[in-house]
Amino acid sequence: MKKLISTAFAAFSLFCLSTAALAAPPIKIGALFAVTGPASFLGEPERNTAQMVVDEINKAGGVKGRKLELIVYDTGGDATKAVQLANKLIKNDNVVAIIGPSTTGDTMAVAPVADKAGIPLVSCAAGSKITDPVRKNVFKTAQNDALAVARIYEQLKKEKKSKVAILSVSDGFGSSGREQLKAQAAAYGIQIVSDDTFGPKDTDMTAQLTKIRGSHAQAVICWGTNPGPAVVARNAKQLGLAIPLYMSHGVSSKKFIELAGDAAEGIRLPSGKVLVADLLPKNDKQKASLLAFIKDYQSHFKAEGDHFGGHAWDAVMLLKGAIEKGGDTPAGIRNALESTRNFAGIGGVFNYSAKDHAGLTKDAFTLVEIKKKDWVLVK
Amino acid sequence: MKSDKLKFLAFCLVVLLAPLPLAGGYLTNVLIFVGINGVLALGLNLLLGYAGQISLGQAAFFGLGAYGSGVLTTTYAMNPWLAMAVVAVCVAAFAFALGFPVLRLKGHYLAMATLGVGVIANIAFNETVDLTGGPSGLSGIPNLSIGGLIFDTDLKNYYLVWSFALVMIFLSLNLVNSRFGRGLRAIHDSEVAARVMGVNARLMKVQVFTLSAFISAIAGSLYCHVMTFISPTSFSFHVSVELLTMIVIGGLGSVYGSILGALLLTLLPEMLRTFHDYDIVVYGMLLISMTIYMPGGLVAGIPALFRRLLPARGSNA
Repeated sequence: MKKLISTAFAAFSLFCLSTAALAAPPIKIGALFAVTGPASFLGEPERNTAQMVVDEINKAGGVKGRKLELIVYDTGGDATKAVQLANKLIKNDNVVAIIGPSTTGDTMAVAPVADKAGIPLVSCAAGSKITDPVRKNVFKTAQNDALAVARIYEQLKKEKKSKVAILSVSDGFGSSGREQLKAQAAAYGIQIVSDDTFGPKDTDMTAQLTKIRGSHAQAVICWGTNPGPAVVARNAKQLGLAIPLYMSHGVSSKKFIELAGDAAEGIRLPSGKVLVADLLPKNDKQKASLLAFIKDYQSHFKAEGDHFGGHAWDAVMLLKGAIEKGGDTPAGIRNALESTRNFAGIGGVFNYSAKDHAGLTKDAFTLVEIKKKDWVLVK
Repeated sequence: MKSDKLKFLAFCLVVLLAPLPLAGGYLTNVLIFVGINGVLALGLNLLLGYAGQISLGQAAFFGLGAYGSGVLTTTYAMNPWLAMAVVAVCVAAFAFALGFPVLRLKGHYLAMATLGVGVIANIAFNETVDLTGGPSGLSGIPNLSIGGLIFDTDLKNYYLVWSFALVMIFLSLNLVNSRFGRGLRAIHDSEVAARVMGVNARLMKVQVFTLSAFISAIAGSLYCHVMTFISPTSFSFHVSVELLTMIVIGGLGSVYGSILGALLLTLLPEMLRTFHDYDIVVYGMLLISMTIYMPGGLVAGIPALFRRLLPARGSNA
């Protein structure tokens, strides 16, 4: 019996040795997404996309002959949990880089942990606080709110509209947008005549909209994520609000058109180019990436790829590029990330630098209008 | 009495040695939050387990402590230790003032009133953007330090948080065995009878409510310095409910039960991650079976389980 066991043991260890010698160990990448909880509309497509892209990279032979291993944890949108899981990824799983978290709050909580450990973090959240001031190891792929605001204000200026009413949701996304709307108004000669907020779970915004109707606003800008803005759209239609309604990129998915129904007609919003990929001119740098992503997502999940999934796509591809260039050490990846130039992804064309870890310009956004339950480009 | 002291010393020893086998892994980090949750659960257990007064608003005091310390040390650059003391006293004073009207209520009405306090506080954290940073949170909070020793690693923070926890546990053990503690239990059993026996029920209820808020505020201050970032989601109604679950699972009216409940509810979700998407289902089923089969909580349930599993040894002893 003893002999049998020792033979088996020897055979087993030989087996282990041989497989280890054959294939180099995979490069471990961690991911923190809010797959459950209130931010699951971000986390779910992000996780799906990240896993899909990593599988595809591996199928194509990996990065420099080594496979990628993606370790995903669900933060549930809870900052405390995000910090614990970031520690787990860094200390127990020994990852070389982390993708996510999905929300600005989670990212702000995790950022000091990643920075202290010297592990590059590529966040999928939008808040401009994440990369301003720049942290050595923290990057992000989601477009800054500031850029979306600039796109709307630019259009308003072109149409010579100077009085706007803003209506924002009282969560991280809304308050960050509101801050930017107020900060940039003067630069575009715009005056904010009414500034209201609504709760993320409110089901009636008639009061706020009635107030706006009584003001001299020439346009309403609503900043929020589903379902609030859909309620705003419906209420605005019921009240017969005649001035144009602008939304944020927070609702740039078909889901919004579904929720708002007929009331969505004529609403304008800045959006990542993923919504209108097939309408883009042929010379658009992002077109190839966008069409590839949309086709891929459709074939895997039988659903339309949105720009949330796009943030994860960008994060994985940026890391892939950085590993090819800078090797598999966290410091090497960080330096290679920072020197990324002209990477045409889903969110835009990324140009990171020592001073800019967000990497996008306002060209990342395009202004779209909803017509006949579909998107058209605003000229 | 002597066995109580031994029990406490043994517990101290466990706390002291616990991080050693973990070798700085991420579980050390989780144990920090077990300590913070333990302190919070202890605060609630004094109120609910001993005095029988429910509070669904503990997250408010926890959040006030965290935001108080956070704002004072970042915006006003106050010394963190001083800030912690100032904030704890202010929150206690607030709870004292609040306690008089609120604790006149009983049962469901008390639950509703404290729930209201919790919800209002959370709205305040969200809406006072200029002060608290609003929903996107407050960052750049410094770590605590003594002299040259900065509490910036998991291990250091573990010992920091647990020294606070041990002091609170020690004081609570003494408190519940004092005249005050017996008074609280008398109120729990029958407020009318307690009054007849000469217990100043009304004042004592407010006092224990204040104490519970004071403890929660200190936990909040510790939390903000450990995390160095806070946002309103960490102080939502959900947290108050989770604390309630901790003490019900751990054992109502037991100091160690609070810690045990905090340990279980903080650690269990981490252990269940191996079940991937089904972890929430397993978690729920475990909680349900524990409440069914261990109605007195873990402190009463575990010894009972051992007695049932080892009947022979039980009869010999």
